[in-house]
Amino acid sequence: MDARKESDPSSGEDPTTVERKSERELAVTRIFNAPARIVFEAWTKPELFKRWWVPKSMGMSLLTCEMDVRAGGKYRLVFGVGGSKVMEVFGKYIEVTPHSRLVWTNEEGDEGGAITTLTFEEKGGQTLLVKHDLYPSKEALDGELASGAADGLPEQLEQLDELLVTLGADGS
Amino acid sequence: MVQYSQPRFDASFAALSDATRRGVLEQLGRADASITDLADKFHMTLTGMKKHVGVLEQAGLVTTKKVGRVRTCKLGLRRLEEEAAWIEGYRQLWATRFDALDKVIEELKQKEKVDGRKKRE
Repeated sequence: MDARKESDPSSGEDPTTVERKSERELAVTRIFNAPARIVFEAWTKPELFKRWWVPKSMGMSLLTCEMDVRAGGKYRLVFGVGGSKVMEVFGKYIEVTPHSRLVWTNEEGDEGGAITTLTFEEKGGQTLLVKHDLYPSKEALDGELASGAADGLPEQLEQLDELLVTLGADGS
Repeated sequence: MVQYSQPRFDASFAALSDATRRGVLEQLGRADASITDLADKFHMTLTGMKKHVGVLEQAGLVTTKKVGRVRTCKLGLRRLEEEAAWIEGYRQLWATRFDALDKVIEELKQKEKVDGRKKRE
C-alpha cells in the first residue's frame, strides 16, 4: 500500500486529501508541481481535460466533453462503457477567473446539486488545488456519500455498479 | 472496487444524526448495556429507547441479543468502518485522477519550455 506513494515524484508524497469540512461541505486538495496557469489550462480545455478526468482504472471513457468555460457557459460530460452511454453530468459555470478560480453548478441530480468551487493557489512554482463542494443540505451530502459516487455522479454510478455486477455475473 | 450499498449508508447517516443515538453509541463503546439501562441513563421510556436502538440496529451500528427477558446491546462497528472506507475510496479515485493530471501538466510544462525557446529564436 505504501509503495504506491512513490508514484508522485513531484511533491515527494501523495498529497491528495479528502475531508468533510461540515455537514454540507466536502473538500479535495492536492498540490501540483506547476504554475497555476498550467493547472488551470488542464481543467478548462476539453482536449486536455478528457485525458485525465477518466483514468483507465475507472473502466469508463468520456464520450462527450463540452465545456463553454465562461460565466454562464454550460458544460456537459457523457461517460460510456464500451461506447454506450452510462451517465451524464452537466451544469454551468458561475464564475471563471483565469488561473485562480472556477465555480460551477452540478445539475444532473434530482434536487439542486452541489456548487463546486475550484481554487488554484500558486506558491513557489507549485499550485495548491482545492476542490470544494457545497451541498444544498446535509441530506444531499449524506446521500452523495451514501451513493458511493464520485464527484457528483450519483445514481448513474450505482447503475454502472449494477451493470458491472450484471456483466460480471454473466461472465462467470 | 469495493461495492457500497446505498440503503445501508443512508441508514448509518440517519442513525448518527440524532444526539441520543450518538450518546448510546458512546455509552456502548464503554460497556454493553441492556435497553433498560440505556433508557434509565438517557431518562427515556423503554419504548422510546427501543426505537432508538432499533434505528441503530438497522444501520448495523448496534447488535442486540435477548437473554431471558433482558435485551443486551453492544456496538457493531462494521458499517462505520465501511464509511471510513468510502472516504478512502473517494480519495483514491481523486489521487488516480490527479496522477493522470500530473502527466498532462508535465507535458504542458515541457511544451511551454519548447515554445518559449522558439519565440526567443
